[in-house]
Amino acid sequence: MKYSYYPGCTLKNKAKDLDAYARASAKALGFELEEIEDWQCCGGVYPLGTDEIASKLSSVRTLNAAKEKGQDLVTLCSACHHVVKRVNDDMKNVEDIRTRANNYMQLEEPYAGETEVLHFLEVLRDRVGFDKLKEKVVNPLKGKKIGAYYGCLLLRPGKVLGFDNPENPTIIEDFIRAIGATPVVYPYRNECCGGYISLKEKEMAKNMCDKIIDSAEGFGAEMLITACPLCMYNLNKSTEGKIPVVYFTELLAEALGVKEEVEF
Amino acid sequence: MSHVNKVDQIKEISGVNPLKCMKCGKCSASCPSFNEMDIKPHQFVSYVQNGDVESLVKSKSLWKCLSCFACLERCPRDVKPAKLIDAARQIVVREKGATYLSPDEVPELLDEELPQQLLVSAFRRYRR
Repeated sequence: MKYSYYPGCTLKNKAKDLDAYARASAKALGFELEEIEDWQCCGGVYPLGTDEIASKLSSVRTLNAAKEKGQDLVTLCSACHHVVKRVNDDMKNVEDIRTRANNYMQLEEPYAGETEVLHFLEVLRDRVGFDKLKEKVVNPLKGKKIGAYYGCLLLRPGKVLGFDNPENPTIIEDFIRAIGATPVVYPYRNECCGGYISLKEKEMAKNMCDKIIDSAEGFGAEMLITACPLCMYNLNKSTEGKIPVVYFTELLAEALGVKEEVEF
Repeated sequence: MSHVNKVDQIKEISGVNPLKCMKCGKCSASCPSFNEMDIKPHQFVSYVQNGDVESLVKSKSLWKCLSCFACLERCPRDVKPAKLIDAARQIVVREKGATYLSPDEVPELLDEELPQQLLVSAFRRYRR
């Protein structure tokens, strides 16, 4: 099975490991991530203004590229997923945005939200299946107590993202079980890490992350996993090494026995 | 620009009807930036209802909202306070020279681990 794949800017730079472990794991699980050609940055945040069109076009180009290949589109970074998924929803459901974006695009066939956007975790849950994943695990991470850190962007708004129950998600806990480890459920797992506030208001982001880390630690987590490079950056400023924060794809590659062969 | 125009502008950019708000306060109760905000999310809605956009565009809150969408998710009336805050922010940053982040500030804000995503996101939210 081949999927179109949108890595996004950070996965080509500071988060090369998030990307490399995902590609190796996909191969081990029998599917391929085919990178979209000439993709552009998603912008990092979804433009909320109803009159914002130009700032959504990079996502539309990506979505249309996948459509032309007849493939579903896989994302990995939480922020890219959020932006691309929401723009796709606009293209499907908001006539004004669809018309105006297509006026810019000048495509042979207008784009109207045809592409299905899946986060890598959704591929694991809905296409591979966590049961099948469990069967492919050669190095189960037994005894590891892992807290899932969801953050905001994968979950909210739940009606558009459709990722999981936004208030009580289970997908990452199910993932943790599938790779043989023990999930730790803690209250702050879907609270915000501060996001982009950490550029100018570093203290504010740190206060938020301290609460998340304290909550996870208090419930017995020895490690946190995330899909988002910005969450990881913000959380790492708070943990000061107390609890390691790693990408879920690194543990996946480890469990599948392909971690050592990954280069980045 | 008159006050009336700015009220229309904020409604148009946000696509929000503030009259739907029933003042339950769930947005402010959910907001992780609540303590940092001078005008709280539920008050944002009231300010728009009362036509006082001038106070909103001068508010510190514009730069404290994280776009975490907790308010938007939990609003029982689908008022979307985060969209109102963003619309007020847009009214500011769409004016020439008005911005919360200048490229000149960036070098001293950087560190070795800082992800590209953070710069891109901040530029998108803080300036045009």
